[in-house]
Amino acid sequence: MEPIRRIVARTVVLPQRDVDTDQIIPARYLKTTERTGLGQALFADWRYDKDGKPRPEFPLNQPEAQGAGVLVAGANFGCGSSREHAPWALRDFGFRAVVSSSIADIFRSNALKNGLVPVVLDAEAHQKLLASPGAQVTIDLETRTLAADGLTAPFPLDPFARHCLMNGIDELGFLVSQSRAIDAWEEAACAR
Amino acid sequence: MKARTLFEKVWDAHVVEPETAETPAVLYVDLHLVHEVTSPQAFDVLRERKLRVRRPERTIATMDHSIPTTPGSKRFAIADPQAAAQLRRLEENCAEFDIELHALGTEGQGIVHIIGPELGLTQPGHTIVCGDSHTSTHGAFGALAFGVGTSEVGHVLATQCVLQRKARTLEVRVDGQLRPGVTAKDLILAVIARIGVGGGTGHVLEYTGSAVRALSMEQRMTVCNMSIEAGARAGMIAPDDTTFEYLAKTPRAPKGAAWDRALASWRALPSDAGAAYHRAVAIDGSALEPMITYGTNPGMALPLGGRVPDPAAIPDAAARASLEKALRYMDLRPGQPLLGQEINVVFIGSCTNSRIEDLRGAASVLRGRKVAKGVRVLVVPGSRRVKHAAEAEGLDRVFSDAGAEWREPGCSMCIAMNGDQLEPGQYAVSTSNRNFEGRQGKGGRTFLASPLTAAAAAVAGRIADPRELAR
Repeated sequence: MEPIRRIVARTVVLPQRDVDTDQIIPARYLKTTERTGLGQALFADWRYDKDGKPRPEFPLNQPEAQGAGVLVAGANFGCGSSREHAPWALRDFGFRAVVSSSIADIFRSNALKNGLVPVVLDAEAHQKLLASPGAQVTIDLETRTLAADGLTAPFPLDPFARHCLMNGIDELGFLVSQSRAIDAWEEAACAR
Repeated sequence: MKARTLFEKVWDAHVVEPETAETPAVLYVDLHLVHEVTSPQAFDVLRERKLRVRRPERTIATMDHSIPTTPGSKRFAIADPQAAAQLRRLEENCAEFDIELHALGTEGQGIVHIIGPELGLTQPGHTIVCGDSHTSTHGAFGALAFGVGTSEVGHVLATQCVLQRKARTLEVRVDGQLRPGVTAKDLILAVIARIGVGGGTGHVLEYTGSAVRALSMEQRMTVCNMSIEAGARAGMIAPDDTTFEYLAKTPRAPKGAAWDRALASWRALPSDAGAAYHRAVAIDGSALEPMITYGTNPGMALPLGGRVPDPAAIPDAAARASLEKALRYMDLRPGQPLLGQEINVVFIGSCTNSRIEDLRGAASVLRGRKVAKGVRVLVVPGSRRVKHAAEAEGLDRVFSDAGAEWREPGCSMCIAMNGDQLEPGQYAVSTSNRNFEGRQGKGGRTFLASPLTAAAAAVAGRIADPRELAR
């Protein structure tokens, strides 16, 4: 994975709360055996009408959304299904971070494994960003802060997740390096 | 020694490397369940990195999400070539990595969360993961069971471990006796309505109290299954004699002296007196009513006799907008009673409610009655074993005689990947777990309810109270 230290990008705002992963990518797109090319299915049922044409009013379809790299969403983003296709689709579309006041556990874990930075802000900072679509933001992993015009807000990020993101390390490599400890645990478990 | 909760005991027993400020815990996984949709990319990673499956004997696979449930459907005689390719890929991966697979058409096949328990592979004190959020189901046995993404499926295949930060605990205490017509499904819908769809985030729920103790294993699985709908990492219920009696009848639970040893360890699992939870909620089980959802997440639920809430009465702007959007999607009016709402489809199935007791419940309402004209009713057993058990009791005849479809086992209309789906605008009463927009088919509208309530709706052609039919 590519190391991520800072993200400088414009936002798209999707203000709804409780956006579930079935909306992020509907189940009918999960028959793939690949990880790539899912950006076109992102928010498919909200983004396209019944004839497959983009709905102009949907935030991702508006001209200023083109090239945006940060999705600002309502509370409890990514609830529901554990499908990793959700962060795959967001990344494939071009998002590098998701900002909310809370993010569902499994989605957050999946996002971290795909270089999609989950940024949880306090309610006040979250409200400000919800109210300013298209804002230019800087997300700094070193300082764990998000900065926008007139706003600097800290966000929590697990030290290990941060280390992995900033150094482009994936967790599988770390786990494989634990194999001696796993051997020892299994031997002890057998003896119990 | 410090008093510990059930969760803490299971957690402590599986820590390979403890968590520190810098690194999460390395947690050992006893049982890894695999299905066709969330695994192919994980197996690809193993091949890319030249890794093997560390413990094939702790890994078990089945086909459930993308398979057809059409009666009599043959293996891979599947209309959707992409689904067929995905199923073939699972077969190839299981053959290459030496994993036990319960393929379409075999006796062990079924929804992943139905077959683990019925085989006796789901056991108290175990850690269980699967690339599926409803893995929380297995917590009904006092296991720590949670859903993971495809990357973590790869982690577990390669190392039999996951990296985890220890969750907080939330005790959900339900005391009192459930009234007739009130089921485990109603109990869990009431819990989610109370704590909210994000209320369990970061927490493992432990369900306690006399109403929970009185539940059968199948009902406990229904409760734990929907823990994820409250955002919880997992849901757990302490094992007791109900658990042990269930397990004793399963083919792959320990036998003989191994059973005696296992039983002794299982009996030590319940939370110690005085063990502290981070949070607690209490619910009066004797006051619960049959529940039904009206919106587009499982927390938007009401007692069956309730009326659709009015967004104008909600002070919080985000919550108000969310309800307005849900009611637009559902095409329901504020103040409208839910009883009497016309419906088009009834779905009885899913990892929430497709076990034999669920089918018996639905059959008790449908026996000697007819499905209302114009209503399509799908009954989808959770596994081939459940299907055969139901047929041995004659339940298939009850459903067929009533005019319902008796189908092959699979996830079916819960996830609508396999052709079993709603048409745009249709209303369904469904025993599944998610009423999200489009979950049961693009544009479809879902009311979540118990098998009893679903069967009553099948007969009435509208949302109806099963207690009225019982009289």
